[in-house]
Amino acid sequence: MLENHAKLMQFFSSSEAIVGRKRLQKMIYILKKCEVPFEERYQFHFYGPYSEELTLRIEEMCNLGFISETKEEKKNYYQYRYQVTDAGREFMEHYEESLPPLNAHIDAMNEKSSRFLELVSTMLFFEHLPKDEISEKVFSVKSTQNYTDEDIKDGWNFIESLRKFH
Amino acid sequence: MAYRDEQLSEEKVFKDPVHRYIHVRDQVIWDLIGTPEFQRLRRIRQLGTCYLTFHGAEHSRFNHSLGVYEIVRRIASNFTDRPNWDPKERLLCLAAALLHDLGHGPFSHSFEKVFKLDHEDFTQAILLGDTKVNEVLNKVDKNFAKDVADVINKTYKNKLVVSLISSQIDADRMDYLQRDAYFTGVSYGHFDMERILRVMRPMEDQVVVKESGMHAVEDYIMSRYQMYWQVYFHPVTRSAEVILSKILHRAKELYEKDYTFKLEPTHFLSFFKGEPTLSEYLGLDESIALYYFQMWMQEDDEILSDLCDRFVNRRLFKYIEFNPNSQMAEWMELYKLFQKAGLNPDYYLVVDSSSDLPYDFYRPGEEGERLPIHLLLPNQELKELSRLSEIVESISGKKRTDHKLYVPQDVLDNMSSRSKTKKRIMEILYG
Repeated sequence: MLENHAKLMQFFSSSEAIVGRKRLQKMIYILKKCEVPFEERYQFHFYGPYSEELTLRIEEMCNLGFISETKEEKKNYYQYRYQVTDAGREFMEHYEESLPPLNAHIDAMNEKSSRFLELVSTMLFFEHLPKDEISEKVFSVKSTQNYTDEDIKDGWNFIESLRKFH
Repeated sequence: MAYRDEQLSEEKVFKDPVHRYIHVRDQVIWDLIGTPEFQRLRRIRQLGTCYLTFHGAEHSRFNHSLGVYEIVRRIASNFTDRPNWDPKERLLCLAAALLHDLGHGPFSHSFEKVFKLDHEDFTQAILLGDTKVNEVLNKVDKNFAKDVADVINKTYKNKLVVSLISSQIDADRMDYLQRDAYFTGVSYGHFDMERILRVMRPMEDQVVVKESGMHAVEDYIMSRYQMYWQVYFHPVTRSAEVILSKILHRAKELYEKDYTFKLEPTHFLSFFKGEPTLSEYLGLDESIALYYFQMWMQEDDEILSDLCDRFVNRRLFKYIEFNPNSQMAEWMELYKLFQKAGLNPDYYLVVDSSSDLPYDFYRPGEEGERLPIHLLLPNQELKELSRLSEIVESISGKKRTDHKLYVPQDVLDNMSSRSKTKKRIMEILYG
């Protein structure tokens, strides 16, 4: 029961807080692409890979009181902060950790901007294509983000470093 | 004349209960409708197991796909000569609208979960693989199939084109809300689509709606909200989905344990193995799946035969509301009690969560999360819908999720009234 929720709880427990829904979406997608067995299904959206299933599951976990969601007002938008609660920690006691340790991945991703995570997740979405086609595709679908060849190179280095963690 | 410009000598019309008529003039569209891959959609229900709750909900993905095509055809016609709209993209939009659901399999939601498949991958495979659909698309030009696949995959360079088929106010949703309302017979799901189409405007990378059309959009959002809770999240449909997915799990488990089926499940073998080819995938539709469920009612495995009988004869599980936070201890006790009573809890004690369902609500979201609906103000500024509409603001901020516990009530009722196990199960379930 709720095995997929438990996996996400392990993710949240591996960090003090996750700030930003966009960041959260991209982090789970990147982890999936690093062979971490999250089951949430993703589709490509305006801002890159996005999972409605993940959004719903997070809402459920908030409603169950397993994680807290704090809405913070920014200049032109709202931003959300997620943290594990006591009830969440108690829930996790009923489950064995089914994922590998995620702290190193999460720390590395938390150091990057959400713009960069959007780039990395988009590159991974097209990973089945040859490398030069991936760059072409990223420039085409992300034309407004003005990514450069240097950004793409940084993206590949970042992906490689993440995949070395396990 | 180039194939892409060829027109039928006489317009073809399909009578449709939602849009009255569906008009086809392009030879390409007519040819696509005639392909076996598109005709197969007649044998895939739009709402899966929902017909066990709303008996009218027997409509197919074929009906819906034609409906989405018709809405996009009308939008494209309205956009003619407007800024940001390239008429050369018209045929691409129509083809993508028509073919957007091509990869759906039988009862796709449960099938995809159990067999870890994604219909979107099969849509891409049908568009780009060795199929009749691909043959037709390739006749248009060598890049056309890829472009259609990119639009449906939402990775096409022109985001405006993508947003017609897939956004928070797209042709797909506008068709299915009205069509599902019509066929289920509920009184929700209706909104003034004609008005919305009239006030839609193409922008550089998205479709927006003139502010004067805000109330029509509010109506659409309310319809969507009501349909989710009254139809899509209906607890009885969820019970049927639970049983269906348990049938598939059981059949797969038996196959993996070298169980000898009385009827060799030929059409399912590649699904059990986890690698169906495109032709194997296309070879299994709902009529065939239902045939197997009927045959499996005769199997010696009691769990498989019972679950199939429940599905075919609509003996569904009953449900109670369940809170996984406060009732975790009860659930663990129930699990043991079911085992003691000889009921395999992996098949007969099932928690179903609203996040297991594939439908989504309108969410303004956070910046950069998912593109919201934008209203176009008279000064050409764009504003997110819920910032201007109090109605939308009031429902889009609310989070409604639920969890239900499904059990075979008939089996529990038939247990001896002297059984302590039964007594305790009933105490936990009903207090």
